[in-house]
Amino acid sequence: MNDVIGLAPWLVGFPLIGAAILLLGGKATDRWGHWLGVLASAASAVIGFILMFRMIGTPAEERSIDHHLWTWLSAGGLDVDLGLRLDPLSLTFVMLVTFVGTLIHVYSVAYMDHDPHRRRFFGYLNLFVAAMLTLVLADSYLLLFVGWEGVGLASYLLIGFWDTGRPSARENAVAAKKAFVMNRIGDMGLIAAMALLFAGTGALDFGTTLSDDAVGSLSEATATAIGLCLLLAACGKSAQFPLQAWLGDAMAGPTPVSALIHAATMVTAGVYLMVRSGPILEAAPTAQLVVVIVGAVTLLFGAVVGTAKDDIKKALAASTMSQIGYMMLAAGLGPAGYAFAIFHLLTHGFFKAGLFLGAGSVMHAMGDQTDMRRFGGLSRFLPITWITMGLGWLAILGIPPFSGFWSKDGIIEAAFMPVEGQPWRAWVFGSVAVLGAAITAFYMTRLFFMTFGGRRPRWTENQHPHESSPLMWWPLVFLGVGSAALGAVLGIGGTFVTWLEPVVGHAEHHEPVLPVPVIITTTLVVVVLGALLAFRMYAVALVPEEAPRGSVLTRAARRDLYQDTANETLVLKPAHGVARLVQVGDRDVVDRGWSVLPQAVSWFGAVFRKAQSGYVRSYAAGMAGGVLVIAVVVWLVVGLGGAQ
Amino acid sequence: MFPWLTALIAWPLVGAALVGLSALGLSRTGPASAGVGLARPIALLFSLVEVGLLVGAFIAFDTGAAAEHQLAETYRWIPQIGTSYAVGVDGVGLLLVALSVVLVPLVLLAAWTEQGRDEVRLRRFVGLVLLLQAFMVAVFCARDVFLFYVLFEAMLIPAYFLIGGFGQGAGRRKAAVKFLMFSLGGGLIMLAAVVSLYFLGIAAGIDRSQVFLVDELAAVDLGTTAERLMFVGFFIAFAIKAPMVPVHSWLPDVAGNATPGTSTLLICVLDKVGTFGMLTLCLPLFPEASRWAAPLVIALAVISVLYGAIMAIMQTDLLRLVGWTSVSHFGFIILGIFTFTPLGTAGSSFMMLNHGLATGALFLVAGFLVSRHPEKSQKIADYSGLRSVTPVLAGTFLVAGLATLSLPGLATFVSEIMVLVGAFGGSPAGSAGWAVAAVPGVVLAAVYVLLTYQKIFTGAPAAGLEALPDLRLRERVVAAPLVVGLLVLGLVPGLALTYVDAPAEQSVALTSVDEPADDAAQTGSDN
Repeated sequence: MNDVIGLAPWLVGFPLIGAAILLLGGKATDRWGHWLGVLASAASAVIGFILMFRMIGTPAEERSIDHHLWTWLSAGGLDVDLGLRLDPLSLTFVMLVTFVGTLIHVYSVAYMDHDPHRRRFFGYLNLFVAAMLTLVLADSYLLLFVGWEGVGLASYLLIGFWDTGRPSARENAVAAKKAFVMNRIGDMGLIAAMALLFAGTGALDFGTTLSDDAVGSLSEATATAIGLCLLLAACGKSAQFPLQAWLGDAMAGPTPVSALIHAATMVTAGVYLMVRSGPILEAAPTAQLVVVIVGAVTLLFGAVVGTAKDDIKKALAASTMSQIGYMMLAAGLGPAGYAFAIFHLLTHGFFKAGLFLGAGSVMHAMGDQTDMRRFGGLSRFLPITWITMGLGWLAILGIPPFSGFWSKDGIIEAAFMPVEGQPWRAWVFGSVAVLGAAITAFYMTRLFFMTFGGRRPRWTENQHPHESSPLMWWPLVFLGVGSAALGAVLGIGGTFVTWLEPVVGHAEHHEPVLPVPVIITTTLVVVVLGALLAFRMYAVALVPEEAPRGSVLTRAARRDLYQDTANETLVLKPAHGVARLVQVGDRDVVDRGWSVLPQAVSWFGAVFRKAQSGYVRSYAAGMAGGVLVIAVVVWLVVGLGGAQ
Repeated sequence: MFPWLTALIAWPLVGAALVGLSALGLSRTGPASAGVGLARPIALLFSLVEVGLLVGAFIAFDTGAAAEHQLAETYRWIPQIGTSYAVGVDGVGLLLVALSVVLVPLVLLAAWTEQGRDEVRLRRFVGLVLLLQAFMVAVFCARDVFLFYVLFEAMLIPAYFLIGGFGQGAGRRKAAVKFLMFSLGGGLIMLAAVVSLYFLGIAAGIDRSQVFLVDELAAVDLGTTAERLMFVGFFIAFAIKAPMVPVHSWLPDVAGNATPGTSTLLICVLDKVGTFGMLTLCLPLFPEASRWAAPLVIALAVISVLYGAIMAIMQTDLLRLVGWTSVSHFGFIILGIFTFTPLGTAGSSFMMLNHGLATGALFLVAGFLVSRHPEKSQKIADYSGLRSVTPVLAGTFLVAGLATLSLPGLATFVSEIMVLVGAFGGSPAGSAGWAVAAVPGVVLAAVYVLLTYQKIFTGAPAAGLEALPDLRLRERVVAAPLVVGLLVLGLVPGLALTYVDAPAEQSVALTSVDEPADDAAQTGSDN
């Protein structure tokens, strides 16, 4: 391992250099810039493969390596190195980010072919890859934060990629800003967590802060506070309740961005943070419970919203939120859940990226139409997209033997694990997980058949759908294969769980409150029921081209359960009120207050002048008065000093 | 040894005299006289040679002893009143000298065409800039309280004329008077404290002819009440300069009316005298009083953080907005100083440098933008959709904005996180709570930066702005060193932290609460 460790910095280095060349190079790089971007990402992927295979060949107990680069910050008792941590967890992410990332780069070459700013797009994509790899490879919270906000910046730039020159430009820009600001609300948590960690352990690097000694020295209250602060950060980045409102709007970005950043990688960073910080959470059962609750609430929230969305990208975004809810729930369950959280993150990365890219392929074929009510019957025209999205659909439903089954089933079983002293927990969270699976089956089947099925197309005029170019469908095929097989390859025999064990620790085996076969069967039955219901409503029945009014629940779900209204009423309006108050206060109290002072002085002056008279004399009097005042003050100060 | 600091102070004075004298001649003989057009190159040359002198000073400075005041020179100046020409810098002072030296050529270059063809105004402008530079460098070097005070007041003269005489704001004269009034008011209060120090210093047995030396005065026990009163005198003057809520009212008016170059020098460098004074005069001279006042100061600092950020969000004028962001950032700096932790203090010292680079970049780029508008409008609402018209300008503005919101990876992030994490563990009562209360400042910063970017650069280009030229080479040369500096210091902050770490340890030691033991030891030895 040691002979190849020197390659690790290049994982970040290549895409960073790529981004720098593309963004600073200007128009000179327009002709070949996109291929440079692909190359930079592919180079990272190759290094990732090398490091990964070498790590597999390393004994399990030597699979955590901190690679020091240089002393980053050393002042005032805080020492933080700029260093990378290579272990099974970070390398899993490296593989996901670079492999899926490279596929999406390739796809984007064709998808963004007609965009005059394709080079800039690839610059941002490279920047994202570099930041995401920094996030997962960092060996300290401080460096993780650099990647954390770095991906936020890349996300901001890419959501707002079309922020000029088209009718929706301003809307896109607003969506980008909303994402960044809501992420920053979460980031407050990370800053506060770092403050607490430094106060508690005197360090910010993983090696020290997550050691048994350091965690053991924290009081439970402190550990809980740190855990909750980290959760706040995770909620922002991973669009978990109550910081979920930005993700739907983020779909304003080009579709490859939605696939890479807002489905496969960046939005799952919150789960990474939770799993990485496992030792702290385990010392804070209350925080763990809150993590599980947030996950459970979000998984239902996203699923419900997903059932009502007619915009294919927004439906997928709601689904992403919901699936990350599953991961978050698992991350709150302790060592038994960590491996499955990350496993689901990995399989989800493949099938959701495939679904998004498939959606992009459909949009490409339909003149950028996103309204599923204007799709239908597309399977004949887009066979490759249809089959690969079909694999993704079966994977997210959790139908065996497709990928999602292995990872999601693990989470559902873990949710049914009994917690000592709180017997209600297993039943509540287990049921939520099963219910979520049923709703997932409904909305994904709805999406799939509204797009590809149906007895007659509901297209707008002059549509001539056609399969997209090989540059676009080859990545779909790779991701489709991953959606189909990755879960089985890594899941059978617990390969993936064993792989992560050096990082997340060994979980004591407990029996769920229900026998495992019962859980699996129940889940499959409700999934099939959900799918059948959707099939009846959206494949057998005719889908109206205009959305019907719908029930109260449908209307609420369409509007994301009124999340924007709630934020508006509860946060933005009061905040604006406070801001107005400050503004008026500054003008009418503070500023006016100071302007009274010279008036008062001149009023005294006027009184004084009446007694005296004459221009020069009044100045002299003023000066004398000033000197007198100072003399008195000095006399008082010195006198008081002398009196000590 | 070569007198680096005196050279750094004197050199711009020579430049100012040269340019200024020729300006006098010019106004008599008219624009046809010889030397027309030379003022700018001469001034630029002087400011670049000054950078060379700075390099020399850095080489001569021993980083191993960064807490000590080095490159020191002490000469009797007016022994009758006990004042000396005493200069010397510790690491913090040296970094602030560096900031004053580095920003001036950039400001001169940025303002290259700002005064049009009016040669008289032009010479006056560059002459005043060089004069201001000399005073600023000197004030960061002063190791004599009276010398410091004189420079503190003398700076006002070039600053006043720069605000009132240049720029396009209709209210610039009023803003200049307001600036002068606030500053003189603060200076007057400080003067009383300075004079008091004189008497108390003599009473404590310091040699009458050099009673104002900081090193001498720092050793004097002033007595609780007197110390507190004098602390208040100094602190109010510094708080006005800093500027800190509620004595900040002069700042937005100045930022909105002065030229961007003037604002850069004023707010990014000159105002640092406030926080620098708190760190290098208030703490050493009045340690007990600093501890006593800390809870209130911290509270006001955090209020400044939030208040400044909220006001920035509410602004409609771009340059006023940038001014308000500084109120917020100065709040962070003061928070770090008065929570008395090595980490927070080092962070504040580093932040004084970084704020200068980041806000300087933002002021200057905002200036480039305004200079392109047909009516030179500063109103944010008059702009729209410019990213497609001027992509490089938009990108540079965004980078400067990201530095202002302390994006991790840039230098400003390192200093801000040091202040927040440090302040959380501060010794004054309530430090942790106030530190947490300051954290929402990071969200507000994201709002004021990105909202502004959104309004100016996204959407459809505003009518009449569809053909604005992008950043010129000269303007790129101005922005590049600031951006590179922020990036390099973000990745290798050790380059600057070497200079501020030891001084921070020392300032914190001054205010640490182990004095009872010292007293006991002293009493013991006295007996």
